[in-house]
Formats: sequence, structure tokens, C-alpha cells
Amino acid sequence: MKLYDCLFKPHRYELPNGKVVEEKFTRLPLILLVILFCTVVSVRVTGFNFETLLSGGSRFFDILFDMFPPNTGYLPKIWTPLLDTIKMSLLGSFVGSVLAIPFAVLAASNIVTNRAVVFLVRLFLSLVRTLPTLVCALIATYIFGLGTMAGTCAIAVFTFAYVGKQLFELIETVDMGPFEAMEALGATRTQAFVTAVFPQVLPTYLSVSLFCLEGNVRYASILGYVGAGGLGLIMNEKIGWREYSSVGMILIVLFVTVVAIEGFSHAVRKRLT
Amino acid sequence: MEKTIAAAYERAPKTWIMKLLLAFAAACLLAWSSSTVVISDTAGNGLSVAGNILSGILHPDTKLLFNFTASGVAYLLLETLCIAFLGTIVGAVISVPLSFLSATNLMPKPIALLGRFAIAAIRTIPAFIYGLMFIRVTGPGPFAGLLTMSLCSIGMVSKMFIESIEDLDKRIMESLDAAGCTTFQKIRYGILPQLFPDFMSTLIYRFDMNLRDATVLGLVGAGGIGAPLIFAMSSYRWNEVGSILLGLIVLVMMIEWISAKIRVKLTRG
Repeated sequence: MKLYDCLFKPHRYELPNGKVVEEKFTRLPLILLVILFCTVVSVRVTGFNFETLLSGGSRFFDILFDMFPPNTGYLPKIWTPLLDTIKMSLLGSFVGSVLAIPFAVLAASNIVTNRAVVFLVRLFLSLVRTLPTLVCALIATYIFGLGTMAGTCAIAVFTFAYVGKQLFELIETVDMGPFEAMEALGATRTQAFVTAVFPQVLPTYLSVSLFCLEGNVRYASILGYVGAGGLGLIMNEKIGWREYSSVGMILIVLFVTVVAIEGFSHAVRKRLT
Repeated sequence: MEKTIAAAYERAPKTWIMKLLLAFAAACLLAWSSSTVVISDTAGNGLSVAGNILSGILHPDTKLLFNFTASGVAYLLLETLCIAFLGTIVGAVISVPLSFLSATNLMPKPIALLGRFAIAAIRTIPAFIYGLMFIRVTGPGPFAGLLTMSLCSIGMVSKMFIESIEDLDKRIMESLDAAGCTTFQKIRYGILPQLFPDFMSTLIYRFDMNLRDATVLGLVGAGGIGAPLIFAMSSYRWNEVGSILLGLIVLVMMIEWISAKIRVKLTRG
């Protein structure tokens, strides 16, 4: 940055009281250059090319048009996997967000004074977060066998990492006044935490967990692709058979479910916060 | 003193019945969903598999990890990074008009609702179906992955964009109006400075997510590190899995660190 300021001299202003202030030259060209460079490299690596897009673009809709009209006869067979998907995301979200509580408390630097513990727990949380959900699900299918259990596990791990991070950031920004007051009155740290910090974070914690549940219903449908149960399983099967009208029906059911759950959780979250 | 406190407690609304009912409902739902916990492990070798995975991840295949040709981890990571980056940019370009169309404070209600419906519909279709659709257009490879990523980004990016557009402070526009600014000046000095940091922050966050989600593309052969990872997993080559995962974790953590820095800078100005 220093070199940049040498190349492009900052603009100097002299104020009426004789003080000189500097306005640094805008960083925009530098940022644009970096973005442009990244874009060019990305275009090269990925082989982005407008001609293919223009000439073959219409084929994108092939599958989409095959999905309509959706095969309504397939509807009765969707209910069980759909309920499985919802169950998986419910249980997974619950287990994940409950497991996240102790870790989030340990990762909050205003509650735990031991820096090593805070660092280790945070490292663990971010390690878990980098693990792609799909990989989690695949590993879970090897351990628990094909089925809903693997999906539940993968969702729980994902929820755990997400809620854990949000919760510890939440705990850190909490008003510490009541906590200190409780301690001054002779309460232990645990008592002070439960009575002073917990009520402050509870509404947002519940809201974050519900938000996670919303996303998980969507995610759970992908997990079936690797054999982890739910809607994805039959979706994968029907794609394999090229019965796109059935896939269309599954997607419509999924859409309605997701919108319903989102509406429900949105309403609850509005009341919470 | 104590009497007033007691009186205040008396007057507090009694919510415990409601809370009990809610807790009961939640417990019922959980009990209902507990039927998913079935361990259908017929071979009974779950634990040994877990041990193999762990040892494989702890002893990564260094040959693959430090292989800088087109099949090495480094190049695959670069490819994934490029897919995520360009996917975010293309997604953003599509999202900007879409989110302006669906902002309720700018557009009449029917159009805004239509826009929201479109966004929700785009979000519902899982990534691998988009991948399959785009493979018909471009053939398998990173290009299909890039297009998939951009469509998948639209949902979340436009949702966040809409929120920032609806939070626009209109008083600034009015004062610029009063100062006699032209429309262009109003956009340049009234709207852009308000939206730009939010938009950038959203995009950087989405880039982060795209990088993580790019493994999904491997399922359908749409480029990136997902395909080698899943092949290695399904053929039980855990050392390869270990090296790929190690590379991915290091990359994601690095990007996350950088993006957190940039986003903090953006929000604090």
C-alpha cells in the first residue's frame, strides 16, 4: 500500500486553520485490476465461452420441459421419502444445535478465560465447518450403512458447525453487566451464565437454529444422492431412469414443503426477536 | 421494596402454559422423527471403516498433494477456486436486476411478488439437477460447474441484495434532491455508497460458500475437486481422500480468513 501511495500521490488539502490533511488516492483501480486478473484466470481455467452458451443454451431447457407436465401418478410414492427428509432435517438440526451449545460456550472468549481452550475449540469448529456436507454424508453412509441415519448425521454435523459459530459470536457480543453483577453477588460462574447470559442469547439462538432447519430441508434432498435417504434417493433413481416428469413432481412437492417450512419458521422467528 | 418486586412478579404475564405446550409439541415432533435412527449396518464393520478413514486422513497421499500437473490437488483446487469465483460473479450479475425487481419499496407489489416467486423456484432445484441440465449445454467439465454455481448463487445472493435495497435510507436521496442533484448524481452519491459495502460483503460470503459447495458438482462430473474426491471415496482410497480433504480444508480456511478480514473492513469503512 505504501508503494501505491508513492505512485499515486495523495491529494493534500489545507484547512482554514492551517492544518494539512491528506486524502489518499482511490484504491478502486487496484481492486478492479485484481478482480480483472482473477476473472481472466478463471475464464481460462474453466473454459468459459459465450459461443457454446449461445449455441447450446436452448438445450438447458430440455430436461426442464421434460419435467412438465409433472407425473401426478407418482405422487403417492413421494410421501414416505418426503417425510423421511423432514424427519432427518428435524432431528439433525435438533441434535446439531444442542451439541453446539457446550462448544460455543467454550469458544466464547468472554466466558472462558483460558486462551488455549478458546483457540482449540474454535479451530475444531472451523475444521468441522470446512468439511463439505456431502463428504460427511458419504462417510456416514460407510459407517452407518445406507439410509436415513447417515443423512441425519451429516445434517447434525453441518448444523453443529454453523450454529456453533453463530452462537459463540452471539455470546461474545452479549451485555456482560448482569453477569458481573451476579458474580459480585456471590454466584458461581455457571450460575451467572445460566441466569444472566443464557436469557440474552436464547431468542437469537432459537432463531438461528430454525433458520438452519429451513436450509437443511433443502440440503437433505441433495444428501439422498449419495444414498443418505430421503427425497434425493428417489430423485437420483428417477434421473437415472430418465423419468423427468416424476422428477418434476418431486421438485414441486419439495418446493411446496420448503415454502411451507420457511413461512412457518419465518413467522416464529419474527415473534422470537 | 420487596412488596413492589413481588407485585411486579404477580403482574408479569403467565407464559409457562404456552411454553409447556410448545415444549411438548417440539418433543412430539422429535419423537416422531426419531424413526430415522436406524443402523442398517449389516456387515457390522462401521467402526473399522471409521478407523480406516481416520488413518487415511491422517496419512495423506503426499504424491498427489504435491503433484502440480493437471491431475494434482493443486490444479484441482485452482479449478474449484475459479469455478467458485466466476460463478459468484455471474450469479451477482444476474441477481442485481432480479433483486431490484423484487424489492417492495421500488416496485409495485405484483411484480415484486413474482420476482420473489422466481427466486424461490430457482432455489428449490438442487444443484446436481442444474449440473445435469448444463452438462447438456456445455458437455462435462468446469464450464458446466461454473454455470451451475452461478444459478445456485442467485437464490441467496438476491435474498440478501433485496434486504439491503429495502433498507435504503431514502432521506439521503431527498436531501440530494433538495441540493439540486441530477438523477445520475443521486445514484452515484446517494445509492451506490449505501449499497456497495453490503453487496460486496454478501458476494464475498457467497464466494466462501460456493467454494465449500463446489464438491456437489463432482457428483455429476461438472468439474472441480468434487469428482476425484468422490471417486476416491467410493473406491476406498482413503489416503487420496485424506490428501484432497487436506488441500480443501487449507484452502477454505485461508479464503475464510481473507474474506472475514475484507468483510470487517467493508462494514467498518
